[in-house]
Amino acid sequence: MSGIQLDRLSKHFGSVAAVDEVTLQIQDGEFFALLGPSGCGKTTTLRMIAGLEKATAGTIKIGDRDVTTLAPRERDIAMVFQDYALYPHMNLLDNIGYPLKVRGIPRAELQQRVTEAAQSLGIDHLLNRRPAQLSGGQQQRAAVARAIVHHAQVFLFDEPLSNLDAKLRVEARGFLKHLQRQVGVTTVYVTHDQAEAMALADHIAIMEQGKVVQMGPPLEVYHRPRTTFVASFLGSPPMNLLRGQLDLAARQVRVNNAAISLEQFRGWDRLVEHAQQNVNVVMGIRPEHLTIAQHEIPQSLTGEVYAIQPLGAESLVIVQIKGEPVSVRLFTDDTPQFSGRVWLAPDLQRVFFYHPDGELIA
Amino acid sequence: MKRIKHLLGEAAYYIFILVVMAFFGLPLLWLVLTPFNARATLAVEIPQPFTLDNFQQVLNNTFAVRALVQNNMIIAVGAMLGVTLIATLSAYALSRARVPGSSQLTYILILFSSVVTGTAAMVPIFLIIFNLGLIDTYLGVIVVFIGGLLPAAIFIMRDFVEGIPRSYEESALVAGAAPSRVFLDVALPLIRPGMMVIAIWSFVQAWGSFLIPFILLRSPERMPASIAVYSFYTEAGTPNITLVAAYSLLYAIPVVILYLFVNWRYGFRFFGGIKR
Repeated sequence: MSGIQLDRLSKHFGSVAAVDEVTLQIQDGEFFALLGPSGCGKTTTLRMIAGLEKATAGTIKIGDRDVTTLAPRERDIAMVFQDYALYPHMNLLDNIGYPLKVRGIPRAELQQRVTEAAQSLGIDHLLNRRPAQLSGGQQQRAAVARAIVHHAQVFLFDEPLSNLDAKLRVEARGFLKHLQRQVGVTTVYVTHDQAEAMALADHIAIMEQGKVVQMGPPLEVYHRPRTTFVASFLGSPPMNLLRGQLDLAARQVRVNNAAISLEQFRGWDRLVEHAQQNVNVVMGIRPEHLTIAQHEIPQSLTGEVYAIQPLGAESLVIVQIKGEPVSVRLFTDDTPQFSGRVWLAPDLQRVFFYHPDGELIA
Repeated sequence: MKRIKHLLGEAAYYIFILVVMAFFGLPLLWLVLTPFNARATLAVEIPQPFTLDNFQQVLNNTFAVRALVQNNMIIAVGAMLGVTLIATLSAYALSRARVPGSSQLTYILILFSSVVTGTAAMVPIFLIIFNLGLIDTYLGVIVVFIGGLLPAAIFIMRDFVEGIPRSYEESALVAGAAPSRVFLDVALPLIRPGMMVIAIWSFVQAWGSFLIPFILLRSPERMPASIAVYSFYTEAGTPNITLVAAYSLLYAIPVVILYLFVNWRYGFRFFGGIKR
């Protein structure tokens, strides 16, 4: 068992830098998620760790070993593919046992170890079936069983749940995390689903255009996104981002002709230090940190109700402010009864200000 | 009115299908019926009287029998093995290895397989085989068949291999298998249906060909069946229809058997294991 270190790892396809100087420390035994939109380089990064892509520059270490130039089979890893890649001409026993077979494990021991792995995933009754005879969820478990069967040092997951339907996905999330805690193997998990990354990982790294833009524990990243990109990627719905103008002299921000006083804003000192008078900013506020009212309230923006979505434990109200949708999350049991013109007041302890180019100011 | 129009349309449709079926079916029917007829013409007739004498006579012609069971087999099986083996390996390499210009190479292959037709190439082929000293040998014929069938075979195989997701092989690599092992354990079983298509196709091409063996072979004892069938013509050049038909039926049987065998043994395709 061992951690993974990526040091200025890069991958160029022609003149395109798919992965651009990524440096990451993944601790021994932790569940690490690489999160980002498609084409951000997360899968390429994973494939370089697996040895399926050659790094253009930089180094990869697993434990103390520099594996940058090693073949996949010399890295002692296990990987679950997005499409599972179960061999269609073999039954489940041979599929799950394949990593043992290539290691020359005797047939009897192979069968025993495959059965154990299959039991822990609840598919031991399917061992003589072919992949085509299994449901999507069973195939997914079989792929995971094949990964755990040979006790690799590192697990690599390439969007393993994206082909499951929503209900199975939540279920599979649970067993993946439970399994990872049980075996305690360092795990790198690639996903574009922010909920999955938040739910599973000890640390997440968010990638954009080949670079890691932010890394940290999920809640830390959620509660303090360093760029508007991260802010707009995490959370469902993500953070509301509203363009405005700072008026430092009047200690307020003007958003859509409404002026909100920043007397109560927690980061006023930093804001003064890093921003100029009348500078354009982006104000970020999570949907759960907005108060909504049918009547005018102080320090508020105003807009029209666009849609109300009751979700059970919570409800979302989408309000249009000058054509831009703003989501408000309400934790109520009833369907919220708002209509027409409403007023939204941000919690000034929870507001962020970003430069127009996306960097966090305060 | 509308109903009548509809019925007329239906009728026209079925008449069309019947014509097409007759066009393809009648020669086959003739081939199956005529060998059992004592006196045959070019018309499709119920054998009257029914007889097996035609087969008896055909089997007594040792030249024709050797052509079928020995010469044709050697040439067709040789071409089949050569084409299938080389096409599989080169198609796999073309699909999986990152070779610069591999897609251009594939297009050149299509060009060669379609533009350079058999007849136009006959003189150069004869000269090459002559200079190689392979005139009147099985090997010469087989080599020419392999060369002629390979471009199309590689092209078809490459398309087939391209359709197999790489993640199968990648997962075997990560599982700890060396590349050669990945090819044997994982890639080859997945490519096998494609190989069977190429095998049947190349076998049939070589089995039924006339021109290449006719030009490259000299001795009667090496002639394949497509040439030996002329031994059932009289010296005046008129065919003995019943014998030609009986021999043709025997000539067709191995191809049918091969097709049925491959379809039974490998014809089914694997699905699943890759979630799309």
